[in-house]
Amino acid sequence: MHPILKLVIQRLALGLLLLFAASVLIFLGTEILPGDVAQAVLGQGATEQALANMRAQMGLDRPPHVRYFEWLFNFVQGDFGTALSNRADIASSISRRLGNTMFLAAVAAAVAVPLAIFLGLLAVRYRDRWPDKLISGITLTSISLPEFLLGYIIMYVFSVQLGWFPSVSNINAQMSFWQKLNAVALPAMVLTLVVLAHMMRMTRAAILNVMQSAYIETAELKGLRRFTIISRHAMPNSIAPIVNVVMLNLAYLVVGVVVIEVVFVYPGMGQYLVDHVSKRDVPVVQACGLIFATVYIGLNLIADLVSILSNPRLRHPK
Amino acid sequence: MNDEIRYLLGRAARGKLARRTFLGRAAALGVTGAMANSLLASAVHAAGPQRGGHLVIGLQGGESTNSLDPALAASQVPFTYLRTTGDTLVNISPSGEIVPRLAEEVSATDDAKTWFFKIRSGVEFHNGQTMTAEDVAQTLRRHSDADSQSGALGIMRGIADIRVDGDVVVLETNTPNADLPYLLADYHLVIQPNGGFDDPTAGIFTGPYKWAENEPGVRHVMEKFANHWDDSVGHFNSVEVLVINDATARNSALQSGQVQMINRVEPRVAGLLARAPGVSVQSTAGRGHYVFIMHCNTAPFDNNDLRLALKYAIDREDMLDKILRGYGSLGNDMPINAAYPLFDESIPQRTYDPDLARHHFERSGHDGPVILRTSEVAFPGAVDAAQLFQESAARAGIQIEIIREPGDGYWGEVWNVQPFSASYWGGRPVQDQMYSTAYYSGADWNDTRFFNDHFDSLLMQARGELDLDNRKALYSEMGTIVRDEGGLICPMFNDFIDAHNAQVAGWEGNPNGEMMNGFAAALCWQTA
Repeated sequence: MHPILKLVIQRLALGLLLLFAASVLIFLGTEILPGDVAQAVLGQGATEQALANMRAQMGLDRPPHVRYFEWLFNFVQGDFGTALSNRADIASSISRRLGNTMFLAAVAAAVAVPLAIFLGLLAVRYRDRWPDKLISGITLTSISLPEFLLGYIIMYVFSVQLGWFPSVSNINAQMSFWQKLNAVALPAMVLTLVVLAHMMRMTRAAILNVMQSAYIETAELKGLRRFTIISRHAMPNSIAPIVNVVMLNLAYLVVGVVVIEVVFVYPGMGQYLVDHVSKRDVPVVQACGLIFATVYIGLNLIADLVSILSNPRLRHPK
Repeated sequence: MNDEIRYLLGRAARGKLARRTFLGRAAALGVTGAMANSLLASAVHAAGPQRGGHLVIGLQGGESTNSLDPALAASQVPFTYLRTTGDTLVNISPSGEIVPRLAEEVSATDDAKTWFFKIRSGVEFHNGQTMTAEDVAQTLRRHSDADSQSGALGIMRGIADIRVDGDVVVLETNTPNADLPYLLADYHLVIQPNGGFDDPTAGIFTGPYKWAENEPGVRHVMEKFANHWDDSVGHFNSVEVLVINDATARNSALQSGQVQMINRVEPRVAGLLARAPGVSVQSTAGRGHYVFIMHCNTAPFDNNDLRLALKYAIDREDMLDKILRGYGSLGNDMPINAAYPLFDESIPQRTYDPDLARHHFERSGHDGPVILRTSEVAFPGAVDAAQLFQESAARAGIQIEIIREPGDGYWGEVWNVQPFSASYWGGRPVQDQMYSTAYYSGADWNDTRFFNDHFDSLLMQARGELDLDNRKALYSEMGTIVRDEGGLICPMFNDFIDAHNAQVAGWEGNPNGEMMNGFAAALCWQTA
């Protein structure tokens, strides 16, 4: 078998195993919480009889491992159950929320990733001169500010003062793509600023590392333009660490933006999860947890694969 | 005012001239912006409601766990959408009178134990069905059933029997209850077809707007219901409620014109927001109050001298000024204020008196610090308020030790469990309900552990007393007992602070609740 194929299969298997472990942890975590789902539903007024009835009805009287596999089996088939708090079908609520989260993450990533890499290249080109210092200064400032503050500043300038974009990023199914894009402009801007520095710095550092190599010197001696050397010759060899950081930031854009969702009133997954955590709505929390774990593990898997594939020694075995 | 301005005003008020155009022309005639705005506002009010337009409201207090089942409503967004899409039997006017709605006439027997609600005819549900007395009775029955987990269960528990007699719904209460109509104005008790027994979350009501879209925790869209029985409400074509839980985001949305109304303006920014062009901040004195509660049956708070010492050791004026920025009124250690009907204004106001506090503290014989538990969630500014309390008490020689509790679990593990903690009350429509909920010996939420037989007997006596002067005297005595013997330290009553922009007219505050007691969308209208 081709060693790359073997490696890829290994990685995929490892990812699945990790996901399985995460699902066990999520299930155990919610299991360990004081009180069970029946108590959460019935609340203060619960009598022993009512609790027993409810447990039997929900199948909570069966041993945990049976319930775990049943839950996992249903989850894999797309049946997430119903929310306890408002009896809504979890799969349909989540699919809309997840779609929104993905949309915002995609818009932010579409701007942030190319911009970060371009700025990284630029910083290497003008290393230790004013463009490098300016880029580092601005991106480090934006990452150092708390997200919500950045959100408020941007909201004040672009929505209240200039009136260019809406401060409430509420999107719904009736809106056209351009209307949605207009609605998410401000949160996407904030997210871009938040993730820019990390990716930019990593690009800069990784490329600078390669720039010491002899073949770069050769390229210089051939008389190539400096920017061409950086983007054509240095960058492909430093792709692995860059992709790793890019994927980490993409994962953050999907699972970690609850603050931005609150500030801009964006109907994404984070807000949905927090609402249900505060109501002890265990099935929803489990479903969200597993989805977040899938996204996180999936993106890291992609990063791994890309860095393997970008290594010529693995692509062309002797 | 010259004829030109008067002419422009008339046109602007009727929606024939855009507001901006009016302001521009008025400026050309030498009228300042502020002056023109206020002229326009009064002209608009005088011209009366205009039809049409789309109202967008930004509200705090919505979660993705919200349900359309009225029984389960608890936060501000469900409160508002139920008021907007549903009707109750009666409403309470801003001045505290009963306004007949789905019940055309309300009457009672002399002992105030049997009540007759004559149900309005020709009222249509949003699904086209005609409302009957049976629908009303079924609604009340569903909320009386513990299984429905209704937020109105506490109200319904006092009703022994519900029956229908032609177009009249007859209610029998366990004990005399002169205030029953006030209780039935509760927002949970919107009438549903067959009482909602078939599908409680169907969202079929009789209100001026009907459901168009429902995305819990995100937005709720309602459209004008053309066949509503009352033409004097529901002036917009459609109403949209956006859930905006973040205070700064709400302010920005109002300032940038994305929403026309918001609730829960924070006291510390209310003054700043009012300066924004076109924005009106509406502050309404309500019945909600911020409290520090002591358990009267737990040491050291079982000693009335200690309780009095702490009551004299709190600087109410300072707290009102610093925590509420003046958007409120002083509390007097009883849960009742002037916003309630039958309030006795002559009960003297308790003030900060370090000497008296020291005197009572020494008489109590207590030694060492008193432990006060507080949390950010107890009420807005509760941690700061506890610190102010600590300082003012220290000046009287009383040492208060503050324990700051986490917000998560505060209502389950601290409030109503620990003997001295910070909390809040939302207030109730009438005095009887407030006292029955939290100060009667057998009350569900007797969070001050106040057991006083004389107080209980006065409460029962007042319920059956239909003579208003006598009732007022009874309530006055009860208030004084709680004030002088109870475990309640009430430094202040908070106002409802809402805001709207110049595109909305017809605002009238209602002490029964925020956003005109939830009726803002039903009663306001659009200006040009």
